[in-house]
Amino acid sequence: RDCQQADIKYLSGWKQWKRTSSKSLKKVLNEVKELSSYLELWRHDIRSIEGKFGTGIQSYFSFLRFLVLLNFIIFILMFSFVTLPTIVAEYGIFNSSFAKIPPKNTEPHCTVYKPSGNKGLVYFYTYLKDLLSGTGFLEVTSLFYGYYTIDAAWLSVLRYNLPLAYLLATFAYLALSLLWIIKRSGEGFKQNLVHAEDQFQSYCNKVFAGWDFCITDPNAAQLKHRSLRYELQTDLEEERLKRKIADRTMKEKLRIYSLRIFINIIVIAVLSGCFYSIYRATVFSQENSNDVSNTNFQANLLVQYLPSMVITLANFIAPQIFSFLIRFEDYSPAFEIRLTLMRCVFVRLANIGVLLFSLWSQISYCATDKCKACGYNYELYPCWESEVGQEMYKLMIFDFIIILAVTLFVDFPRKLLVTHCSCKPVQWCGLQEFGISDNVLEIIYGQTICWIGTFFSPLLPAIATIKYFIIFYVKKISLMHTRKPAARPIRASSSNFFFLVVLLIGLVLAFIPLGISIAHIPSSKACGPFRSFNTSWAVVPDTILGFPTGVQQVLHGIASEAFAVPFFMVICLVMFYFIALAGAHKRVVEQLREQLVMVRFDPIFCTLKV
Amino acid sequence: AYKRFSELLPKEERENACSARVPKSRILTLPELRANPFQHRICRVFSTSYDGDDSMSFEDFLDMLSVFSDSATSDIKSHYAFRIFDFDDDGTLDRKDLEKLVNCLTGQGEESRLSNAEMEQLIQNILEESDIDKDGTINLPEFQHVVSRSPDF
Repeated sequence: RDCQQADIKYLSGWKQWKRTSSKSLKKVLNEVKELSSYLELWRHDIRSIEGKFGTGIQSYFSFLRFLVLLNFIIFILMFSFVTLPTIVAEYGIFNSSFAKIPPKNTEPHCTVYKPSGNKGLVYFYTYLKDLLSGTGFLEVTSLFYGYYTIDAAWLSVLRYNLPLAYLLATFAYLALSLLWIIKRSGEGFKQNLVHAEDQFQSYCNKVFAGWDFCITDPNAAQLKHRSLRYELQTDLEEERLKRKIADRTMKEKLRIYSLRIFINIIVIAVLSGCFYSIYRATVFSQENSNDVSNTNFQANLLVQYLPSMVITLANFIAPQIFSFLIRFEDYSPAFEIRLTLMRCVFVRLANIGVLLFSLWSQISYCATDKCKACGYNYELYPCWESEVGQEMYKLMIFDFIIILAVTLFVDFPRKLLVTHCSCKPVQWCGLQEFGISDNVLEIIYGQTICWIGTFFSPLLPAIATIKYFIIFYVKKISLMHTRKPAARPIRASSSNFFFLVVLLIGLVLAFIPLGISIAHIPSSKACGPFRSFNTSWAVVPDTILGFPTGVQQVLHGIASEAFAVPFFMVICLVMFYFIALAGAHKRVVEQLREQLVMVRFDPIFCTLKV
Repeated sequence: AYKRFSELLPKEERENACSARVPKSRILTLPELRANPFQHRICRVFSTSYDGDDSMSFEDFLDMLSVFSDSATSDIKSHYAFRIFDFDDDGTLDRKDLEKLVNCLTGQGEESRLSNAEMEQLIQNILEESDIDKDGTINLPEFQHVVSRSPDF
């Protein structure tokens, strides 16, 4: 401080002013940062969870928060570009009107679509049934694709091309999700790439520099103590396991590898069983829900929800089997979690794929010539996009109900039983631990449904936002009151990156059904903004034909092979360059590490001399 | 800083704050030190009182603030950190010091301590990583060497 004060005397007035202004700017920036961290959603809740249960579970909750925000943004996107113009045009606000051009060149029988919104006197339970399965009065609202049967909207004098907007908004929300997830996983990826599993000096770093000297609240101090303890215990546990793995003999290795192969075969058998049962359930549900009209309320609802129930059952049983099997495979805890997670991911996402595939096989099943003229089964599915939207809606609602029901009817009674009944079997069961992988898979499954379903049901992201918002509080309460801390504390940093990778897999898997629906399956002629086009994608070439010739030529040039092949090769070269750069960086880091270890021994001579 | 210091003094001594000494119990009421597990060590290290009661004068207080501020160099910080972590004041960090350090970090109370086996393993790892001359203790240059490589310090 004396030096600083002496310095100040010698500096001129201008430099003094610069110094004081930079200091005050730093102060202002710090305060803004603090303020913005207060605005962060659920900051306090997540911190307290981190302290009590470790960083692994905390990463689950911050992942949930990320999904809430993502869904909210997607909803805003779809609402402002698709729903809002439609509503404005239909109700004639701001002197707007809409144009409904009847499709030319199509058979008239394809365009018959009479959604039976509830007319006249209906029983009360019909509303409940409609709410739960998306039929009836919900089918004609803006929730589903069938509402947007407008070809162009005129807002005062501007012509708003709704079909194009619908398609572009779909691409936009997919691209936005992709970019946001990649950006978020970027930090984790960098860390994973440069730092190998065994961190250099991790123990010293944690012990000497672990305490945050800015903590002023005793509660926060308690939380920090606990999280430090968890981290140290995790590291020590992993090290012990690594030593155990390195000490294995050849005979043991052989035994373990053959056991692993056998268990993988069992896993594949389980998966095939799940897929087949989902296919049969979907076919059965579609056949029967279209035959019976209004006979038995409960039976009808049961049949409607049959695919969702079978999927949920499969999603529940398969992970249990997998986590039971993985114990025999003797991996390190981190790898165990990842492998079980990968298997469960595959089960859940492939289940949705099988459901959609069986739906499509029903929709495009065409026996008669009349049907072939439309391209899809016009009798049963005059507006097939709404049907798919309804299935996605049912899946989402059912998923939500199951999560609430499990928390209410399984977790809390179990806690009550364990605290009040002291008989041996109950105490042996004990409280459940918070299964991170199961819960993460649940929400990724829900998010994939949302991504696929948003094209068919533009308001689905809003439902997803509300659903995840409620789930956050439900899970938090369930965690605080009915769960015990994990026996094996799990590290979060690499788990965080892994969740995002799995979410990315879900997103890529969502591209496939959407791509097929948009580009391959003929859009329904009776409803929706793509009535006058063969497929939903056809609106893009149509719009391009409306551009001036110069722009058309440029776009044709970009899409042609003469451009695409060199472009692809350039991209490959750039990618190889970056991969080589990353490899070089990694090698440099390793070399430096080795040098440091060498340098350690040099000072010995210095100290000995002294 | 002068204002904070004088707030710690009882009312009658406030005019003489420049030369008065604040007893340790009052210093520990500062919010930054209240939750800190190293509070006693910090007071001991920065106090220049001769009778060992760990009271601090205004200069000691300023010393403490300057070392903890953002503009202190890493050398100074690591020097003082070494002194704070050295529980028995013998100039090196031996196994007992490290054990007390880890116990401070994991919190007070019996159930929050690491088991003996875990403690042994941890101390072994720490010494492996930082003890260059393999004498079983960490002296100041070794400590500064290790800390200069820690990203979190």
